[in-house]
Amino acid sequence: MAEFFGKRWHDMGGDPAGHINHDQHDFALWEKRVDALMVLASSVGLMNTDSLRRVLEDMGKESYETMTYYERWIASVSQNMVEAGAFSTAELADKMAQVKARGATYGDAT
Amino acid sequence: MPHDHHDHDTLSPSGHPYRKDDDTALSYWQVLEIAVRELLIEKGHITAVQVHDQINTMDARSPANGAKVVARAWCNPEFKSALLADAAQASRDMGFDIGPMHLIAVENTASVHNVVVCTLCSCYPRNLLGLPPDWYKSRAYRSRTVIEPRKVLSEFGVDIAQDVQVRVHDSTADMRYIVLPAQPALARGLLENELAQWVTRDSMIGVGIPQAPI
Amino acid sequence: MKVRVHNNWPPGHIRTPAYLRGKVGEVERDIGLFNNPEQNAYRLPPQERNLVRVRFTMSEVWGDAAETPDDVIEAEIYAHWLEPA
Repeated sequence: MAEFFGKRWHDMGGDPAGHINHDQHDFALWEKRVDALMVLASSVGLMNTDSLRRVLEDMGKESYETMTYYERWIASVSQNMVEAGAFSTAELADKMAQVKARGATYGDAT
Repeated sequence: MPHDHHDHDTLSPSGHPYRKDDDTALSYWQVLEIAVRELLIEKGHITAVQVHDQINTMDARSPANGAKVVARAWCNPEFKSALLADAAQASRDMGFDIGPMHLIAVENTASVHNVVVCTLCSCYPRNLLGLPPDWYKSRAYRSRTVIEPRKVLSEFGVDIAQDVQVRVHDSTADMRYIVLPAQPALARGLLENELAQWVTRDSMIGVGIPQAPI
Repeated sequence: MKVRVHNNWPPGHIRTPAYLRGKVGEVERDIGLFNNPEQNAYRLPPQERNLVRVRFTMSEVWGDAAETPDDVIEAEIYAHWLEPA
């Protein structure tokens, strides 16, 4: 290709790639909740599909390599919420500390 | 706030077993999910009931819904025309709540085989078929399907004859796609509800063909 | 109707795939007006833009590397990324 400077990492149609892993994983409750949060936050106008994607893209290639799908989604939803003014990073910090203090497992903390 | 403690031996409404997640060590991203959810609820943007209901709504969406749409198209030429003209409306007319999703059905024929991909992210007709499989969202599928679809299809067990054209649909914008697979010869004469059992999720993405139920 | 995809490479959220930029295709159908994702992504009030499905042959897109020259790719491209060819 003559000029691919400016092609972004997520824009991967035609890139060389190897075997497609056909494994599937069942969706955990927390993942289904992430999905629901995206849909609901979008329905009340705090974000939209395009802003979800934009943040995902701006998270960079390494996020795609190292984080799971819904880990990236919750990171994007959270950033979208901060951008929309739904809550502040300070409120998020306090809330996350409270959640962590509840216990060691997802079941304890939810 | 209500705490859903799921019996790990039962299936979730989507038909998949729950992951034994509730007992594993809490991860940073799980903490974030709980925090985001609780803050949004506390601030009055959403409610816990809405979260619960939305999960149930998504769980009720599965390939079985798409299979019913395909089976009706096989049985009913008027419905098939309507489906090909406006797949979203045809799905709604069958009673499926697909929300605001825009849907295009692309028909496999003797001379055309369709396959769907989203190279830019992972767009999928989730409001009809439910959540997409992991491989659909993978780098390898997203990269390769637009440049070597026949090789990808053969890896999925589908070999396309040279005199058949492959059409790759890249879901780049607001449309979502469902492949209307060809009705297998062996499935002729069956009732609509029997036909639905032949329609696999992969055949509606284009990486499979309908198969006799096991 | 033949159209060419602009060979532009701006940064930011763009829904025109890199592999199609500069390529010539045939309009398959007009889909109508949708909110411009390039604005929506930044939570700016979006203008509606016309969305078009365009069909490209594999040989047009990949040249000699095409797996099967007459297979096609169909993608939705916003009209502001297209010019007559």
